Amino acid sequence: MSQNILCTPSPVNDKEALDALLKDRRGKQYYDEMTRLEVDTAALRKLLNDTCRSRIRTWLEICVRCGMCADACAFYLSNEKDPKQVPSYKIQSTLGEIVRRKGNVDNALMRYAMDVAWGKCTCCNRCGLYCPFGIDMGVMMSYLRGLLFSQGFVPWEMKIGSGMHRIYRAQMDVTDEDWIETCEWMEEEWEDDWPGLKIPVDKENADIMYTVNAREPKHYPEDIAEAAVLFNIAGENWTVPGKGWEETSLTMFAGDWEGAKLQVQSVYDALDRLKPKRMVVTECGHAYRATVLEGPYWTGQKSGKTPVETLHYVEWVAEALRTGKLKIDPAKKIKEPVTLHDSCNYVRNGGLSQCGREIMSYIAEDFREMTPNGDHNFCCGGGGGLNGIGKYRKERNDGQKVKRDQILATGAKLVVTPCHNCWDAIRDLEETYKIGIRQSFLKPLLLDMVVVPEHLKPEKE
Amino acid sequence: MYNFLTGPLAWFSFLVFFSGILIRSLLYIRGLDSTLDRVTYRVNTSFGIKEAARSIFYWLFPFATRGWRTQPLMTALFFIFHVSLVISTLFLKAHNMILQERWGFSIITIPDVVSDCLTVAVLAAALVLIIRRIALAQVRILSKPSDYLLLVISIAPFLTGFLAFHQFGNYPFTMLAHILSGELLLVVIPFTKLSHCFLFFFSRAQLGMDYGIKRGGMKRRKAIAW
Repeated sequence: MSQNILCTPSPVNDKEALDALLKDRRGKQYYDEMTRLEVDTAALRKLLNDTCRSRIRTWLEICVRCGMCADACAFYLSNEKDPKQVPSYKIQSTLGEIVRRKGNVDNALMRYAMDVAWGKCTCCNRCGLYCPFGIDMGVMMSYLRGLLFSQGFVPWEMKIGSGMHRIYRAQMDVTDEDWIETCEWMEEEWEDDWPGLKIPVDKENADIMYTVNAREPKHYPEDIAEAAVLFNIAGENWTVPGKGWEETSLTMFAGDWEGAKLQVQSVYDALDRLKPKRMVVTECGHAYRATVLEGPYWTGQKSGKTPVETLHYVEWVAEALRTGKLKIDPAKKIKEPVTLHDSCNYVRNGGLSQCGREIMSYIAEDFREMTPNGDHNFCCGGGGGLNGIGKYRKERNDGQKVKRDQILATGAKLVVTPCHNCWDAIRDLEETYKIGIRQSFLKPLLLDMVVVPEHLKPEKE
Repeated sequence: MYNFLTGPLAWFSFLVFFSGILIRSLLYIRGLDSTLDRVTYRVNTSFGIKEAARSIFYWLFPFATRGWRTQPLMTALFFIFHVSLVISTLFLKAHNMILQERWGFSIITIPDVVSDCLTVAVLAAALVLIIRRIALAQVRILSKPSDYLLLVISIAPFLTGFLAFHQFGNYPFTMLAHILSGELLLVVIPFTKLSHCFLFFFSRAQLGMDYGIKRGGMKRRKAIAW
């Protein structure tokens, strides 16, 4: 039996185990232990029998190995067309092997599979659009992550992230008390500039229940204040839940399906409790994917949809601009060239590409599309949890060259990124490649140009 | 020998081929799982069917999808190979004569000279496919011996058929080789990646349903460009 303490197949369910992992600087001991982690081949075989069905098995079998997926992959293109980055190779040499050997694989293969599943793929699903058979290697990579998680072969940060969700129902150690305090603090802090600004917590039957990314209360609390101001200006009857406010899912990135279900259920419980008409998700891509697109399936919603209609923030903004709830001061529109980065999670995988274009038509004078864009956009390089994994930092940075060149080709210096992970990735891209760009969420841009009704303006002294 | 190949063995090959297709198709559909695949195949099905149809339709035509357009040479090669292969087999005069003799019906036929051209096209395209497989690093790394073997099995009936028709070499031998290699191909199809000849439709339909039902199909203002 292995003597592992930190790196085991068991998920993290208590603070003690979480702290032990957090103390292990950069996961040194964790990864060292992983080299001795035994594969429970019987359990793996059973999991395959129970969950690997005709869709994935057929994909693996009928792939004719034509290589047409190669040019679809941002990592293949960014890594000087390294054949080991061809999507088909990445999935056949990992999941393909595990399935063909019916789970009878060793530690080395599992660690290789981990390196591929998290270090060479962001599950952006672009390859699926370029395979003549519609073989979606991103879906398979995501499934592979689930197999790896069940056996404990998961990057250190992902193990921690999954533990955070299981313990705090948030991707970071933000408690419900911390969250409510942050809302109150933001109210006070912004009250002088925005008289009467309220962040209503747990209001029942509101028109909108707004949910966030735990990074906002933890690191960017002003994001919550900005959202509040814009809802106020738009005259929305809105609220935030005191519990079930976190939309993100590092559990999804980690392949922790059980944890992912727990997280999403906490949001659905809030919907059940507060009975809002609609839910709006902050400017985050994977949060939308997890809670709105995948979450209904994890929690057994027969409709395949969230319990109430849910909008991504870009949908709400587009609607508010279209209906005149938010009006833009024409003199304050963005004058410089500006481009828009499409988040794979809610654009290709969520169908919202037109919302971004509609918003840009209201706020920018010189909007420049990247090529390709919309459903066929390239990943920023930081999706799928890759942003947060120290072990694969080089892979992430190298994988961003395609995005860098796409942005450079537009000539724009401002990149609108209505997604937390993309925002981070583009910020890091600038740090790595120094091409003189900056990135922004929509909220601060809108706040600079929106027409503020008289009654919401601060009283002049 | 000839009687055996065109009698019991032919029946056996067709039986394996058709029942293989039927069973595998049914197993594919039975193996779809709304919860595990995370697609509600039975809810909002109309959105799924519409996108499934689009997903198949566009990929059936050269240059109709972004994927085909980004790799024009490959696309030309693929379509020449597949279209020639299907047409020259189904509409060959000799094949239809056999149908007429044995079952009293036949379908439309094409002139022998066209069949000849198509057969040569199949063989030439296969040759280029093999060269491509060896020459391009991104395809070479994916290739296993079985990929070459299956390509050889796929084109063997065309090569032998061509030789037999023109009576190049030992006619009885090439004819028997043609029948046998054709039967081998039929038997191999349901059990190998060659099953893509029918599973293509299921796989494409599934992804279409995935996009149509779950991945934004109901919110997308413009249908996805495949």
